[in-house]
Amino acid sequence: MELYQGALDIPSIFNRWLKEENSSNYGAYIPFIGTIREENGIEALSFDIYEPVLKEWFDSWVAKAEKLGAKVKMAHAIGDVPVHTSSYISAVFSPKRRVALELIDEFVEDFKANAPIWKYDVINGKRVYAEDRSTPMSGSGLLA
Amino acid sequence: MIKVEFLGPIGEESLELKAHTLSDVATQLQEIETIAPWLSKCAVAVNDQMTTDLSMRLKSGDRVSILPPVCGG
Repeated sequence: MELYQGALDIPSIFNRWLKEENSSNYGAYIPFIGTIREENGIEALSFDIYEPVLKEWFDSWVAKAEKLGAKVKMAHAIGDVPVHTSSYISAVFSPKRRVALELIDEFVEDFKANAPIWKYDVINGKRVYAEDRSTPMSGSGLLA
Repeated sequence: MIKVEFLGPIGEESLELKAHTLSDVATQLQEIETIAPWLSKCAVAVNDQMTTDLSMRLKSGDRVSILPPVCGG
């Protein structure tokens, strides 16, 4: 798992991942890249991350992938990420396509629902919490 | 004393509370006007481990994190 201040250099990260796995004998590689769209007058999106819990969450997916003979990798941005640049990349490497296709789907969906990352719209230089696009994590409401 | 920290957009300073269980923490947080509205949509971690056990015992120095709704990517 890799965290960077600001926008990600996607070609550099993904090229390095490809090199890391080029002799691992995986048959299928599937990347998922998240890029900031220009909409609703935003200049950028901005992200807060709680790294200790994110690492726990990610490690559980590494273990899950390993049981399937696969590998997951992920990088995410911290702070402001301007429109038309990228905040997120993840990738699954697996022996065969079916495992990779299913795993990238489950991984990205669970990432959206349970990775401790908070998103803000940046409008006129101010951060506004993207509450309407956010999802309560599993187990929310315990203290209510 | 245990420490309660509020992550992401909640924007509240950390608190130190006397509490023996997470249930004690809940009771005290429900009385804070600026925090109570968040509780129904927040998850909880104790010492960076997610938990759903309200009866979980706490000891002095434990750290309780309150995690509001997320949206990575």
